[in-house]
Amino acid sequence: MDDPTFSPIRWNRRTLLGAAGGTALAAVLPPMAEATPEEADAAIREMFGDKPINEGRVWVKLPPIAENGNSVAIDITVDSPMSDDDHVRRIGIFSPRNPIATIAEFRLGPHAGRAQVSTRVRLAGTQTLRVIAEMSDGTLWAGKATTYVTLAACVIG
Amino acid sequence: MIRISAPDTAEMGEIVEVKAMIQHPMETGYRRDAKGDVIPRNIIKQFRCAYGGNTVFEATFFPGIAANPFLAFCLRATRTGPIEFSWTDQHGETWSETRQLTVS
Repeated sequence: MDDPTFSPIRWNRRTLLGAAGGTALAAVLPPMAEATPEEADAAIREMFGDKPINEGRVWVKLPPIAENGNSVAIDITVDSPMSDDDHVRRIGIFSPRNPIATIAEFRLGPHAGRAQVSTRVRLAGTQTLRVIAEMSDGTLWAGKATTYVTLAACVIG
Repeated sequence: MIRISAPDTAEMGEIVEVKAMIQHPMETGYRRDAKGDVIPRNIIKQFRCAYGGNTVFEATFFPGIAANPFLAFCLRATRTGPIEFSWTDQHGETWSETRQLTVS
């Protein structure tokens, strides 16, 4: 058996267990569709229309590493005086990787006093979330944040 | 179970932070049970906060919101009155809780 083109897998205990585990996991997990960045763009257009999106004024905070994708804290702050004639009207959170691109929509106004919202989201893997804010003058502003997810939502629990 | 964190008193014009959480599985509809059957989606869709009878903050949730949905946001204290928090699930069932804010 000195044929150099023939390289059999050495079936020791580790490779066997690894292969068996992989097969079992693939059989158990439901097939899951992931949204694509294009679907996230489409979801943004569906919520806010075709107006141009400016970068800035929206600050998004995610932990640099999320150990559990089932619950990741997100803090959103928008630069706005939140006065009667200049305030944030709507905020949307969008994922390029979750099964559904739209995660949440918030509607607020001058009564908020401060354009600041926090919640907890599910993330189906490492990704960059986009947050879009619609101002009272109709302009759209965008911010984003990236987090590395060690245990993705949906896979376990 | 609902948990609200909101101040009882505030000065006129002060911006106060309120936090609201409701216990709910927010089942995504993408998970399967031990038998391999899909667990049906069951989520809270809407959240509304009214202050003195006016809606001041609203949220629409999708399955990407974590279980036991939590929100923190701000309100400008303008008058003494109730702050009402209400949640509606996809079947139309609602839960609500009220806090009184005294403005001096």
